[in-house]
Amino acid sequence: MSNKYIGQAVKRLDARDKAMGRIRYTDDMCDKGALVIRVLHSTVANGIVKSIDTAEAEKVPGVVKVFTCFDLEEKHYYPTAGHPWSTDPAHQDIADRLIMTDRPLFYGDDIGAVVAENEVAASQALSILEKAVVYEELPFVLDAQEAMEEGAPLLHEKYPNNVLGHSEIHMGNVEEAIKEPGLTKVEGWYETQPVQHCHIENFICYAYGEGDRTVIVSSTQIPHIVRRVVGQATGMDWGKFRIIKPYVGGGFGNKQDVLYEPLTAWISMQLGGRLVKLDVPREETFICNRIRHAIKYHITSWMRPDGSFAARTFKAWCNNGAYSSHCHAIAAKGLNAFPQLYPCDNFDGETWTIYTNRSVAGAMRGYGMPQASYAFECHTEDCANAMGMDPMEFRRKNLMPVGYYHAFSKNELYSDSFNQCFDKGAEIIGYYDKVEKYKNQTGDIRRGIAVSTYWYNTAVYPIALETSSCRIVMNQDGSVQFQLGETEIGQGADTVAAQMIADTVGIPLNMVHPMSCQDTDITPFGTGVYASRGTYTLGFSIKQTSMLLKEKILEAAHQFTRMPVFNLDIVDGMIIRKTDGRELMTIGELALSKLYTTDGSQHLTAESTYQIKSNAYSFGCCFAEVEVDIPMCRVRLLNIVNVHDCGQVINPMLAEGQVHGGQSMGIGYALSEKLMWDAKTGRPLNNNLLDYKMSSFMDHPRLNAAFVENYEPTSAYGTKGLGEPPVCPVAPAIRNAIGQATGLYINELPLSPHTLFREFTDAGLINDSFAE
Amino acid sequence: MYDIKALYEAESVEHAVQLRQEHPEAQILAGGSDVLVQIREGRRAGCEFISIYMLDELRGISIDEEENIRIGSLTSFSHITKDPIIQKYINVLGEAVDMVGGPQIRAIGTIGGNTCNGVTSADSASTLMAWDAIIELTGANGVRRVPIQDFYIKAKVVDIKPDEIQTAILIPKKSYEKCFGHYIKYSMRNALDIATTGCSVNVVLSDDKKSFERVRVGYGVASPIPVRATTAEEFIKGKEITEENIKKFAETVLQDINPRDSWRAGRALRRHISVVMAERALKECIELAGGEING
Amino acid sequence: MDNQYKVVHCTINGKEVSQIVDVRASLTDMLRNDFRLTSVKKGCEVGECGACTVIINGESFNSCIYLAVWAEGKDIWTLEGLAGPGGELSDIQQAFIDEGAIQCGFCSPGFILTSWEIVNSGKEYTDDELRKALSGHLCRCTGYENIFRAVKKTMLRRLGKNEEAELVNSQGITEYPDPMPFK
Repeated sequence: MSNKYIGQAVKRLDARDKAMGRIRYTDDMCDKGALVIRVLHSTVANGIVKSIDTAEAEKVPGVVKVFTCFDLEEKHYYPTAGHPWSTDPAHQDIADRLIMTDRPLFYGDDIGAVVAENEVAASQALSILEKAVVYEELPFVLDAQEAMEEGAPLLHEKYPNNVLGHSEIHMGNVEEAIKEPGLTKVEGWYETQPVQHCHIENFICYAYGEGDRTVIVSSTQIPHIVRRVVGQATGMDWGKFRIIKPYVGGGFGNKQDVLYEPLTAWISMQLGGRLVKLDVPREETFICNRIRHAIKYHITSWMRPDGSFAARTFKAWCNNGAYSSHCHAIAAKGLNAFPQLYPCDNFDGETWTIYTNRSVAGAMRGYGMPQASYAFECHTEDCANAMGMDPMEFRRKNLMPVGYYHAFSKNELYSDSFNQCFDKGAEIIGYYDKVEKYKNQTGDIRRGIAVSTYWYNTAVYPIALETSSCRIVMNQDGSVQFQLGETEIGQGADTVAAQMIADTVGIPLNMVHPMSCQDTDITPFGTGVYASRGTYTLGFSIKQTSMLLKEKILEAAHQFTRMPVFNLDIVDGMIIRKTDGRELMTIGELALSKLYTTDGSQHLTAESTYQIKSNAYSFGCCFAEVEVDIPMCRVRLLNIVNVHDCGQVINPMLAEGQVHGGQSMGIGYALSEKLMWDAKTGRPLNNNLLDYKMSSFMDHPRLNAAFVENYEPTSAYGTKGLGEPPVCPVAPAIRNAIGQATGLYINELPLSPHTLFREFTDAGLINDSFAE
Repeated sequence: MYDIKALYEAESVEHAVQLRQEHPEAQILAGGSDVLVQIREGRRAGCEFISIYMLDELRGISIDEEENIRIGSLTSFSHITKDPIIQKYINVLGEAVDMVGGPQIRAIGTIGGNTCNGVTSADSASTLMAWDAIIELTGANGVRRVPIQDFYIKAKVVDIKPDEIQTAILIPKKSYEKCFGHYIKYSMRNALDIATTGCSVNVVLSDDKKSFERVRVGYGVASPIPVRATTAEEFIKGKEITEENIKKFAETVLQDINPRDSWRAGRALRRHISVVMAERALKECIELAGGEING
Repeated sequence: MDNQYKVVHCTINGKEVSQIVDVRASLTDMLRNDFRLTSVKKGCEVGECGACTVIINGESFNSCIYLAVWAEGKDIWTLEGLAGPGGELSDIQQAFIDEGAIQCGFCSPGFILTSWEIVNSGKEYTDDELRKALSGHLCRCTGYENIFRAVKKTMLRRLGKNEEAELVNSQGITEYPDPMPFK
């Protein structure tokens, strides 16, 4: 195998088409004659639909059909998470969703749908229908801890106290350990807010009949899982559905759930296979797709005088919204991560996932870890401050040591990654000078600098199945097409996969062509992209399949060169004799000869599946430097540096792009983003891009990304997770930097003017004589 | 596709006035950056509209024979900012409208639309208030001029008669002469946002630049409609430029504003920020005017 | 009431065209549906995200909140119009590719058009001015960093400042000598 492309900043293979505006996303592929679907959403946060009078809506010219929850003759409850299926019922996701429901559990739940010839007719009918729904309204609950209390409204009968999931970890004996004399106790509550993915392409899908099957074209991360779930949701055989995934305008985990594919397919079937399209408006994307879980944490640490941990406790309450989606996985991930980051012999941890009458929380870049990292690293900072230690030194002292092995995941820390990341980031941003310079400031405008760190699990082994399949097909000129179940959603999966194939087979990159758009009829099975596993996971099946293809090529080369296979290799598209390096024939000559030979014609192809039985720790840190304008209650982020050890970087340009994107999402998470609901009605308040404050171009400083590359030994190409990690350490770094600037360490997000005004006032930094 | 019942395209101001009379139910559509959004939201769905967007005669900025600055009502924000007359005499207006939304919104958004929708958060409104702008309306009986303070009646309601359209906004000479202004928009992000509250201050200093000859201050999102803080203006008129007077001025604005509590921002935060903005904006104006604090 | 239609005459990507449009149509609708110019994206339909941006008479507009009938007499450019007849990319398109300024690509058409307006102006923008000029577009993938680099580099190269352009990527850490009160 050569290393010609791996490690190089190869330009993304789809960049040219994207720069020319000729890449086709879902809507661009849909015939403009498609009927338009609009979903009728609940306008109560909890209730029962008693009736929906469709008569007036059906009279609107252009309306083809109105469907309501009462038209669903068979109730097939289905799960929505983009998790690999399990044949063991105990490990299956909770099936609590219906295509339409007469028992809405949140404001925005799906209770019906309008199909019309055009969007104006659809929206007119929808506004008539909204007024034609009769509800029996029920009390609702938005807060997770309130939802666990006796007497709280119960969302799902099978889940008493609305507890969807609960898990615990106990190590050593906390009760005994805290009796040690001389311990310092630090305790804190940390609270994170719900936010949304805000991919610029909203979720969209369309469906039509073909033969006795239904084809669904969808902007999804998980086409093969969509097929399974549509089958489950309709009670039909999974093979009755064909899913096509075109280019996707961002996913970030929202499109790792099955969203409206079941409804759209069902409507097409009700209309005899007519072409129907559901283009979700932005306002509905915010509240009727998925959001990030809001999680509340309580963490206590007892430290010895030398700064080591004697005992720790951890509790977390995870607000899941009205349906299970990813079930308990996101809360559990945070709990499992906590005792590994700063190991301590005595630990009690407990976490709950709780149903509430809010929009459904699911996967979002970081899968619970931006929340958890915020809590962990706020608390770590608080501990360091309580001990009077430098926060970075305190971390170095307590972090997971080199050689640390985790028995369940079989993860191992092979290198001194944390310290290497700290050292590199500190140098880039000038940490040591600034941390001294910014001590003990006074005045209205102050600056601060701080760091935060994390570890992140690359993939999902051993919790769920890890499987990847790859097919490579050679053309007459020796170039290849390849297909993978791992989807290109903007992150650059196709490009890194092509780099790997080019190097492993030994052909130039321009002879490697991704078949980017997955089609469940054609593409080998794969579960899509999620976690930070794409590059890690696809690497296994790519390497195995590329080697299979290479073996076949060399066998064929033996036929035409007479040389033994063990003396042959492929270098840069040339069959060479290894013993003297002589170039024997080009890969194109070989492919052509082998296909058209009258003596054993063969189309050179390879396909294989690899089941991965390993996982990998990914590491990194974020340094943030801020300026706080106290009277104005505003934070300006001055500089930000993320350093990551994701093993071998396959493509530095794409890797940097992943870091920038994560930083940006982290900045919004830290300073401005928050989805809100009206406490009186349960109605969402700011489900649009104006009132929901994701960062604009003017809210960012320059973004800096750096890497420490410790080759991951379990990995096919030495690489490990990077997609999600960059978002994890950003918010706590900013919070800690604001703390250094002002002395106020604030335990909630976002650190918006609203929060800062309240905190500054409480702390006396703001003292309005005119306050009412 | 917008749910529009009928669209009447005006070909001239006279034609627009005629259309207003012929279609009393129809609403006026200028740049559409608010109205089209409200059609999509459903608030104005299924209505009739008179589009005046194609009336180029309502675009542009000039100095008229009375030496008023005359801003055609359909002049877009981006063109106001770039205009040399604006930059010379009332640069703060160019700066204020340069904070509306993002560049594409500023290309379509018009100053007439920004005032006629009657909303308190309009970025142009506090400055126009603070510069005593005159609204020019053209109707069947000719032209009518209304001081902007009277133009705003209540939230989302302005003084336009059924046969009228707004044709220009005027800034009188006595308003802009020797005057320097500064606008602060307080919002939750630095672009693509509406004001949580906005403050526009302008000053005329005494000839020796030691005292305030005239200070005017306008606020957005501090009341249901844009307002002036006249008590504070009266307080500081003729006073010396001192840190103490500035601070007192800033706190006095609270006597004239009455921001509300909403999920977008609490009253306490808005009151606090209003005071800080008044102080900082005034200081900025003093600097622009060549004055010196405690000088 | 019957639907109202109107013939619109305008220039799209340098070509004069006439088209019958429903008066209710947005310019996005007309460009996507009647001309199949699908680089014009729908991200919010209320002028917040910038994905539908097109250039009208030299200035960036959100085509989603622009009525198709207003296109009468206008000179309109979409991303499809930037490349040469043989597919030759403009410098700004190439810079977006070279700098890694494209990820999912959904915001890219709008961003490239606004960037084109910026570099065509012949003006040298400060960093803050560049950010402001580009602030009508939302992007969730890139954090705007590589877009910033692509635009700044192209702007500098157009102004003959190739050496300065080469320095853009290394200017990640910024020194701020004075406090910057919000005002």
